[in-house]
Amino acid sequence: MKQESTQVLYGLYNDEEILLHAVKKAKEDHLEIMDVYSPFPVHGLDNILGLTESRIHIAGFIYGLIGCLSAFLFMTWVFTRDWPIIFGGKPYFSALAFIPITFEVTVLFASVGMVVTFYTICGMGPGVDNPTLDDRITDDKFCIAFDVDNADESKQAALRQFLTDTGAEEVNVKSI
Amino acid sequence: MSAPISAIREPLITGSKTYHTITEDICGPTERTPTTAWVIAFIFAVTGLSLYLFSVTWTIWVGIGSWNLNRTINWGWDITNFVWWVGIGHAGTLISAILLLFRQKWRTGVNRAAEAMTIFAVMCAGQFPLIHMGRLWLGFFIFPYPNTRGPLWVNFNSPLLWDVFAISTYFTVSLLFWYTGLVPDFATVRDRAKGLRRKIYSYISFGWTGSAKHWQRWESLSLVLAGLATPLVLSVHTIVSFDFATSVIPGWHTTIFPPYFVAGAIFSGFAMVQTLMIMTRKVLKLEDYITLEHIDSMNKVILATGSIVGVAYLTELFIAWYSGYIYEQFAFYNRVMGPYFWSYIGMMGCNVISPQIFWSKKMRRSILVTFFMSIFINIGMWFERFVIIASTLARDYLPSSWSYYSPSWVEVCLFIGTLGLFSTLYLVFMRVAPVVAVAEIKGILKTGGDQYVGPNIKHDNAHKESTHH
Repeated sequence: MKQESTQVLYGLYNDEEILLHAVKKAKEDHLEIMDVYSPFPVHGLDNILGLTESRIHIAGFIYGLIGCLSAFLFMTWVFTRDWPIIFGGKPYFSALAFIPITFEVTVLFASVGMVVTFYTICGMGPGVDNPTLDDRITDDKFCIAFDVDNADESKQAALRQFLTDTGAEEVNVKSI
Repeated sequence: MSAPISAIREPLITGSKTYHTITEDICGPTERTPTTAWVIAFIFAVTGLSLYLFSVTWTIWVGIGSWNLNRTINWGWDITNFVWWVGIGHAGTLISAILLLFRQKWRTGVNRAAEAMTIFAVMCAGQFPLIHMGRLWLGFFIFPYPNTRGPLWVNFNSPLLWDVFAISTYFTVSLLFWYTGLVPDFATVRDRAKGLRRKIYSYISFGWTGSAKHWQRWESLSLVLAGLATPLVLSVHTIVSFDFATSVIPGWHTTIFPPYFVAGAIFSGFAMVQTLMIMTRKVLKLEDYITLEHIDSMNKVILATGSIVGVAYLTELFIAWYSGYIYEQFAFYNRVMGPYFWSYIGMMGCNVISPQIFWSKKMRRSILVTFFMSIFINIGMWFERFVIIASTLARDYLPSSWSYYSPSWVEVCLFIGTLGLFSTLYLVFMRVAPVVAVAEIKGILKTGGDQYVGPNIKHDNAHKESTHH
């Protein structure tokens, strides 16, 4: 995961509403925000930031479909081809009796698949240590971060000015 | 942006909290040395746990013969306990999934602990069918794996196998749902910690940063998992009831079982949530987050589901009479008047009659009444399963094989032992994880905090404008 470090200029805000105004302002000023961090999901932030809707539910549907088909077809194969047994005088292919297990396996595949996908695309997992900008971001601070690796002095100063103008309590630079 | 807020709606968070004080209040208990109350409770729990280990070892060593089951009564305390624990395990997912879909904000105060309770209860439940197999080391036979005997597959038409799939799926999905909710909160604990503690929480918080995109995916994931868990939770107890309902035993072979079992499961689950919440909020001083409003809401659910269960009991009796089928009629006559009449009285008294006290708002909001009621309901729901299992089996078609069953000391110890296992797990959870969902509570602060809504509203907050410093 470790790449060469990036210089990040970030501002910490005290409230999500101040943050939302700041992000809106940044979008109007065509500033390129690297990321926004918050201690809880801020409503409306993804729209203002222009994030596309998460497609994780589509992945979930596909996993569910795989689970559904594999369970149903597997049971059908076992009872009609591999080892047909008559249970209680019912036909070999008793589809209704396959429904409970088909349902459970569908839910299992969809859930496990989605959770694994979520951690993979977010670059998270057991023991992963992603760099964080400030310890208070998971507590009570809301953060806007700019990538200033290739920014000259005047650009950095402008970004600093922007952050303080929009109400940031603290402005810092950190390389992560 | 936020939903319209009624001025008369009760606040869900009291004590004029800020984001930082929420973090302090909820993460604090994991950072301090345990209180005396916790230590005493833990000693009791571990004693129970060792009793559990002892009686499981005894059962496996001596064999199922150490239980008092016999030819007629082949399910006793084991399956009673199994159904009881699974039922308790239903409230967590109901709170976290169904109430999420219904946008009930009060769920945020209790969902974390209720989900933990679900997972631990399902763990306890799972013990019984496994031990009950007798030869525990052959337990993997229940899974359809390619084997050298043909391969000979399991019977996919059997409700007992459906149960295997239902319980294991339920456990896995609940665990994933719960853990995904915990990850941001573990990150909060991580960022407050130092040294080894920081390393440990860093490991289990999976490298969470709080990035906007991650939160967006996290919310999407939670919503879809809730959507999946909702039919799942209904399916699980439905399938547990199929264990009985698809048999040809009078008293079990009824179509009312699935809804009746699900309602009973939610009923007993909420009772257990109440028992735990009342103790947790006291011990960890979380009265500001788990308020009387929460307890009131849960008591309403208890009243509703308890009444559904009551209607189901009466419907069963009516249908038995109305069916004109003598075996069914006898089964129900025997339930009420037979050798296990005392457990029927216990069931009716605890499950149907006593919860009616909750029609009174004063009772719903009394901690003491709620606590005792929650214990009553758990006892009543245990009796319900015992009534269904033991009283039905004790009087089968052949009077010559009629029998009576009372548990051996091993069975009693096993049950007490699972209570120990459950309490140990819950107490450890209380120590190492935030028992209230920190991030979610912060998310509802502006719509549920008492400085924003309710009688103590502060007008400078209510009409807060974004202030530029």
